[in-house]
This record gives sequence, C-alpha cells and structure tokens, in this order.
Amino acid sequence: MAATILIVDDEPNIVISLEFLLAQHGFKPYVSRNGEQAIDFIDSNATDLILLDVMMPGKSGFDVLQHIRKKATSDQPKVVMLTARGREQDIKKGTDLGADAYITKPFSTRELIKLIKSLLSIEH
Amino acid sequence: MLQPWLVILVSAVYFLLLFTIAYLVDNKKLGLDRFLKLPFVYALSLGVYCTAWTFYGSVGRAASSGIGFLPIYIGPTLMALLWVVILKRMISISRNQRITTISDFVASRYGKSSRLAKLVSVVCVVGIIPYIGLQLKAVSGSFHVLVSTETAMAEHGGLFSDTAFYTTIAMILFGILFGARHLDSSKRHEGLVAAVAFESVVKLVAFLVAGISIVWFIFNGPIDLFSQAAEKGITDGLFTFGEATITYSEWFWLTLISMFAILLLPRQFQVAVIENISVRHVDTAVWLFPLYLLLINLFVIPIALAGLILFPAGTVDADTFVITIPLMHDMPAVAMLVFIGGISAATSMVIVAVVAISTMLSNDLFVPALLKWKSPKSQNLPDESIQSQLLFIKRLSVVLVLLASYFFISFINQEYSLVSIGLISFAAVAQFAPAIFGGMFFKKVSETGAFAGIISGSLIWFYTLVWPTFELSGIFATTALDYGPAGIWWLNPHALFGLNSLDPVSHSVFWSLSINSFIFAFISIIRKPKIPEIAQAELFTSIDIETGNSGQGLTMDYRTAAKDELLQILTRFLGEQKTQKALSDFNLGHDSTLQKDSNEANEAFIQYAESVLGGIIGAASAREIVSSAVSERPIHLENVMVLLDETRQALEYSRALESKTAELNKTTDRLTVANEKLKELDLLKDEFMYTVTHELKTPLTSIRAFSELIKDHPEMDPEKKNHFLGIITSETDRLSRLITQILELQKFEQGFTSKNKQALYIFDFIDKTLQAAHGLIHEKNNFELQLDVDRNTKILADNDFLEQAVLNLLSNATKFANKENPRILLHLCIDQNMVCIAIHDNGEGLAEEERELVFKKFSRGKFAVESGVSGSGIGLAVVKAIAEDHKGLVTAGDSHLGGACFKMHLPILKDIS
Repeated sequence: MAATILIVDDEPNIVISLEFLLAQHGFKPYVSRNGEQAIDFIDSNATDLILLDVMMPGKSGFDVLQHIRKKATSDQPKVVMLTARGREQDIKKGTDLGADAYITKPFSTRELIKLIKSLLSIEH
Repeated sequence: MLQPWLVILVSAVYFLLLFTIAYLVDNKKLGLDRFLKLPFVYALSLGVYCTAWTFYGSVGRAASSGIGFLPIYIGPTLMALLWVVILKRMISISRNQRITTISDFVASRYGKSSRLAKLVSVVCVVGIIPYIGLQLKAVSGSFHVLVSTETAMAEHGGLFSDTAFYTTIAMILFGILFGARHLDSSKRHEGLVAAVAFESVVKLVAFLVAGISIVWFIFNGPIDLFSQAAEKGITDGLFTFGEATITYSEWFWLTLISMFAILLLPRQFQVAVIENISVRHVDTAVWLFPLYLLLINLFVIPIALAGLILFPAGTVDADTFVITIPLMHDMPAVAMLVFIGGISAATSMVIVAVVAISTMLSNDLFVPALLKWKSPKSQNLPDESIQSQLLFIKRLSVVLVLLASYFFISFINQEYSLVSIGLISFAAVAQFAPAIFGGMFFKKVSETGAFAGIISGSLIWFYTLVWPTFELSGIFATTALDYGPAGIWWLNPHALFGLNSLDPVSHSVFWSLSINSFIFAFISIIRKPKIPEIAQAELFTSIDIETGNSGQGLTMDYRTAAKDELLQILTRFLGEQKTQKALSDFNLGHDSTLQKDSNEANEAFIQYAESVLGGIIGAASAREIVSSAVSERPIHLENVMVLLDETRQALEYSRALESKTAELNKTTDRLTVANEKLKELDLLKDEFMYTVTHELKTPLTSIRAFSELIKDHPEMDPEKKNHFLGIITSETDRLSRLITQILELQKFEQGFTSKNKQALYIFDFIDKTLQAAHGLIHEKNNFELQLDVDRNTKILADNDFLEQAVLNLLSNATKFANKENPRILLHLCIDQNMVCIAIHDNGEGLAEEERELVFKKFSRGKFAVESGVSGSGIGLAVVKAIAEDHKGLVTAGDSHLGGACFKMHLPILKDIS
C-alpha cells in the first residue's frame, strides 16, 4: 500500500506542485490548508509522513509538530519541515521539537523526493 | 486786609477738618479708609515733599534767580525714574524687617548697629528740627502778612509771634493723636497719611488759584504779564540755564541732594516706605508725582514776575508774593485760600517729620537709655508699665521735637531765607546716601565704614553749613568766615582747602559727600563686615521685590537663648496676647523649628523675636535687649569667612556637579530613547526581512518546483503543462510586483517625487484602474462602485503611481473582506474640497489604535497577522507615500459596511481658464 503523506501549506500553488510530485512517485497525498485542519486530520487518520510548512495563518507548523509529538501513539509520523526560514535557531527549534528533517524554500523537488524516500525506507 | 478773628476761625475750622479726616480714616468710619488703597493717594501723600518752602520760598527764589529754583524739583523727578528699582526694594526690605525709620533702615542693614542708629538719629534731629521750625515760622509769618495792613517786610520782628506757638500746640496734638497712637511703629498711620494726601490737594489747588487769579485777573493773561516784565527788564537772565541764574555747580549739587532728599528725608522715608500699602502703588507714583511737582511749579515764575512788577525794589519780601499780591489787589478770598494752602504745606510736613523724628528719638536714644536704667529683665516691673512707658516716651518725643523746633526759630537770624534752611536739611540727609544705597546693592560694605563715612560727612556738613549760620546770626562772633578759624585760611568753613569758587551749599555737599563716600569705601575694604552684618547684608541685597522674600538669607546658628526668657521679654513689650499671637505666627512659618518641649531658642527664633520687638523700639534697641537673654557662641570672624567661603565654594561645586549630572542624565535618557527606537527598528527590520523573505521565497518556491516538475516529467499531458506554466508566469508577476513596491517605497523615503504628473479626469483614472484590477474584483466579492463626483473633475496625478496605490487598497479590501459574504465598495466623492477615493470592506475592521500604525512600513494590522492573511507590511506604506507625493493624504477608519474604510484625499485640479 502506498505510503500516505500529508501536505500542510497555505500557499495553493505550492500545494499543487507537491500533490503532483508525490503522486508521480507513488505516494498518496493529502492536503491541509492550515494548522487546525492538519491537527484534525492527524487526530483521525494515520499518516506516514508530513510535509509541514512553518509560517501559516493561525496555528504555525511548530504548533502542529508539538501536537503530534505529544501524542502517546507508537507509530509517530515522520515530519519534514518546509519553510522559508533558514535561520539556525529556527532549524534548532524544529529539531528540538522532534522534526526529522528541515528543508528550506525554495527547494529542489528531486532532493525532496530523495529525502522522503530515505526517511520512509529506513523504517521499512 | 483781613480781620484776625476771621483768619483764626478759618484756620481753626481747617485744623478741625484735618483732625476729622484723620479720625474717620483711623477708625474706619464712612469708608474713607478705602481711599488709601488707591495708588493716586499714595502719590499725593508723597506731595509732603512740597512744604511751605515750595509754597512761599520757590517764588522768593525765582524772584532772585529765575529758574534757579528748579533743581529741587528736577532731582526728585530724576529719582522717580529709579523708584521701580530702588524704592520698591526699600519698601520690600522694610516690610520684611519691620523697619520703622530711616535710622532703623541704616542700622538694620549694618547688623542692627546701635551706634549707627544713634548717629543717624542725631544727624536727623539736628538737620531737620530747623526745617520744622521753618515751617512754623512760615505759618505765623503768613498770618501776620494776612492781618496786618502794613507790608510785612516792614517789621521783621513781627514775623515771629505767638501764632507759631499755637500752631505748635495744634501740631503736638495731631502728632500725639495720629502719629504716636500705637506702640508698634512699624504699623501704618492711615489717618495721618489721609490727612497728608488731603493737604497735598489743598496746597495745589490754593497755589493754582493764586496763579490763575494773578495772571488772568490782576494781569491780562501771561502775554501781558511777560511783556510788562520784559519792558521793565525784569526777565533778563531769569530764564537761562547758566551762570546768570545759579552756577552750573549749584545746578548739579542741588539736583543731586534733591535726588537723595526725596527718599532719605525722614518724612519722605515715612510716607514713601513705611506708610506704603502696596509696592504696585509705586508704579503710579513714578509718573503722577513728577506731574504733581510740575503743576505746583507752573505759576512760580509768573507770580515772581508779577511780584517784581507790582512791588519794585524789594518793598515786599519776595517769599510772601503769593499772598501779598492778591491781598493788595482786593482779592481777600484768594489770599485766605493761599494762607490755608500755606498752612497745609507747612503742617503736612511738620506732622510727618515730627512723627518720623520722634520715633527715631524715642527708639534710638531714649529707649536704650531707659533700658540701661531699668533692665527689662528685672522682675519687679509690671508688664503693663513698660508698654505705657514706651508710649509715653514716644509722645514725649513728639512734644520735645516740636518744642525744640519752636525754640529754634526764636534764635535763627531772619537773614536765612526759607530755601537756605531747607537746603541745609537736604545736605544733612544726603550723608546717609552712600551707606544706604551702597548697602542695598553691595554685600561687602561694613558697619565700621558706614559709621565712619556718616560721621565724617556729618561733621563736615555741620562745620561748613550749620556753624556759619550761628556766626551769621551773631551767636558766636568770629572771623572764621573771612580768615578761617584762628587765622588758618584752609579751614575757612565756606572755603575748605582754599576751595572758594562754590556757593556754601555746593561747597559743603561737595566736601562732605566726597569724603563720606571715600571713607565709607576705604574703611569697608580694610574692615570687613562682622558676623551679624553678613546675615543682614544677605537679607538686604537679595530681597525679592515681588514677593518680599529675602532670598535664602544666611542663618548661622551662632546664638542660642532660653526660650522662656525671650518670651518674657516679648511679653514685657507686646503684652501677653500679642506675644502668643507672634509665637503662633512664628510656628506657622517654621513648623517644627521651635520645639514645644525644648527650652532652647535657635537663631531663627531669636531673629524673629528681634524683628517683632524692632517694630516697636527699632532694630538696634531690639537687638540690644534680646542680647541680654542670648549667649553667643564663640565664632571668630575668620572662621566664619572661611566657613562661608567653603560653603559657597562647595555650593558652587555641587551646583556645577548637579548641572553636569542633569546634563548626563538627559543625554542618557536621550540615548536610551534612541536605543529603544533602534531596537524597535531592528525588530521591525528583522520582522521585515522575515516577512519579505517569506513573501519573496513563496513565489520562488512555486516557480522552481513547477519548472523542475515540467523538466523531470516530459510525459506530462499538455493541459497540465500549460496550467503549470501559467502558474510560473503569475508567480513571476507576483514576485516582480513585490520587488517593485519595496524599491518604490525606498525611493519615496529618499525624497523622490514623481515628475510624470498630469491632469487626469478622475473618471478616466478610476475606469482604467478598475480594468487593471479585474483580477482582484469580480462578482464573487460583490464589488460596487459609487460615483458622487462631477464627471469633469480633474486631478493632477502620476497615473501609474496612483493606480498602484488604489490597487493596493483594493487588494487589501479583497484580502480582509468577509470570507463568506464579501462586500467591497469604491466610493468616489468630494470631501473637504478634495477628491476622496474611499474603499470600503465588510471585514473585521481596524482597531482605533492601529489606524495610524498600519501605514508604517513593515507593520501590519493585528487581525492580518493573527488570521495569517499574507502581506509584507509594505502595501499601505507605499499608498501613504504616493498620496503624500500627490499633496494628499490617506486615512483609515470604520466603514458603514462594517469593516474598514481607507480614504485617499487628493486635491482637485482647478481649471486655469
């Protein structure tokens, strides 16, 4: 069964590109337009990996990450932070909160797919 | 000729009137006392300067030396110009120090020196008593002129008679009733001042009536009078300022001593300083008093000329012209009025002078003697007895001064005219000028200097002016005036050191004032002020005219006293009730200075006790009495000077430090503020970089992602590919728009102004703008357009910039309008004579405090941030810059749609045709 990946971003065009990219590589993409939607989705669906934008209206990507890592479930999803923020303290904050990887925008789609595959194949 | 009984009756009625006025004012009846609050009454009371000397003597002097009588009035007029500085200061000091007389003033200044008080009093008594006598003589003289058919000049001996004695009695009565009524001499004598002001009016009216009668009724107006005088050659030399009338030196010296006299004569000091109710009255007196002098001198020359024409070759004493001319020309009523005017001039001077002199006599000479004789601390004296004794002494002094004046005129040679004796008094009080004016403005002058100066000046005055009168009257027959005493030529009283080119008065004033001033200055340099003087010097020189506060005042705790002993002394002189009141007054001013349970009185209380007591018996006597209860701490003058110097230096140093510290603090504050601002700016910049980076990277991310996807997936179906390429294009547009805006804002901030402005029809502009905004506004957000502007309205605008501003506003409106049911309205109207482009939305609106903030660059509305509406915080800043470049403005407010409303006001372009 194809791995499920949740895309969390408020920028429609980026979402479109990611949906297409992931579908092309055989993943099953889901989309949340903001933090609240993302938390709702995560609470009711099992997800293998989450592409999480940091700067979003309302709850930020960090908030969502915190929420995920607090859950006592054994099958924690992999989380890749996607953000325009490239400052060290931001990266540190993300890794401290439990992000598996950190990718700054604009990103290379090839790199991203490589990263996703490696993150998911380690587990398998 | 007038019947003696009639003259006596009229005089008696006049005296009764004076007594009545004084009584009514003193007892606050009929509301007459309210007049004293009027400034012009104060100016009138200063008219006490014009005595019988002015009234009769000016004409006499004008008859012999023309306008040579003027210096006596020019001096006071010049001094009046300085009153705002000098007189106001003297008043404030005197009130602050409860000063009672001119001698008290001098003594107080120099550490309440008892010997200075005595010296000044003695000089005043010797100098003024002849002057008072002169006035009594004038009254009796004019009486005899009035009642005798023969010309008065025929019988010199007759001028002096019992009339003078009756006048003396009346003056004694008046002096005791209205001058020596209170024990407290620093209290004002309202009744007396009212009477004096009234008399000033009477003498002025009388003199003017006499002048008018003589010029217009006896002669046919001034032209007739002057032409007659010119025909007889009388006017020759009377009207030139020069040696023909009086010498230049006389002009100078007489003007100078008159300047001093107007403030320093005891009676002038009394009315001008002690009796002053408000320092503001001085402002009126400054012009009103010189005016009074001018009026009363208006007819002096005409009357003198008339007298010389009518009574040629000295058949009548020129001093009596004012009264003899109307009398001889069948104008008895005028003569009577003149007589009353003369009485008023004489009596007003006598009353005030006697009150002033007798206060000095009693406070400075009699009271100290009494105190030596009966120690105030001795227990066997009942309290009331000291107070009644003091009052008795005061009244006795009045009697003594008047009797002395009365007896003086029985000795004086008739040869001395009214003017000469007056000038001798002027020269006497001029001796106080260096000590008083020097002491008011210089701290470093000393008591020893003042004492030595006054005593040397006074001795010279006595030797050069008073002694010769004895010789001239034949009391002592010597040849000193011709050859000098015992043949020593350079000691000749009228030509000291061979100086024989001056008239006696100028000669005396020249020597006495010069030597007085020199010794005062010289001794002040070699003998520095003592401790008590330093404190008083501070008080006198630092007085504040407006508030009457004496600056900081030096209080050196060099004396202590037992409180109960001081209170006992006060009770002796003031009585139980007033002492208690004085004590509570003191406690009010110095809250806890005098501890209730402690029996030790400090310097402040000792000074207070001195000043209260000083109001009754003068400062010097008060200090003497208080000193009996006081023990001085042994402080050497040198130590005090060192202490003072150190204190002063420390004070200056700490002041300098303080100002430096204050400066530093200010700088620090400014730096802190600047720093805060920088930090704020830095935060804003960070925030800006963050948002701008985000805004720039977002389209970049899409562009990169889609271009990679197209490249990596050549198999992609063409429709999808087109879609992706479209996104790339629009994201590129978005990116470039953003960059443009940032750069534009930068440009405007650096002072850029568009040169491409042209006249645009506002309709055309809006039309074009809406076409450019077709991507932003559409049916989905219910865009409405409302045009309330004449279609010919034009503006001067740069189309591209302005379009961008409106697009920014529209773009904001679409971002913030209600999501479910958006409404946007562009309303074009005329508001405050300007074109107003208003863009409304139905979103959340802006909080009051955000309405200015949103136009700052990088700052964004709270809702925008919280709701995550994208934006760089630049759009509105650009709008603002553009609006301002168009001489317009942009504001944010509430919209009737429920959301925000942004209004851009732009000036209407008027057609030049």
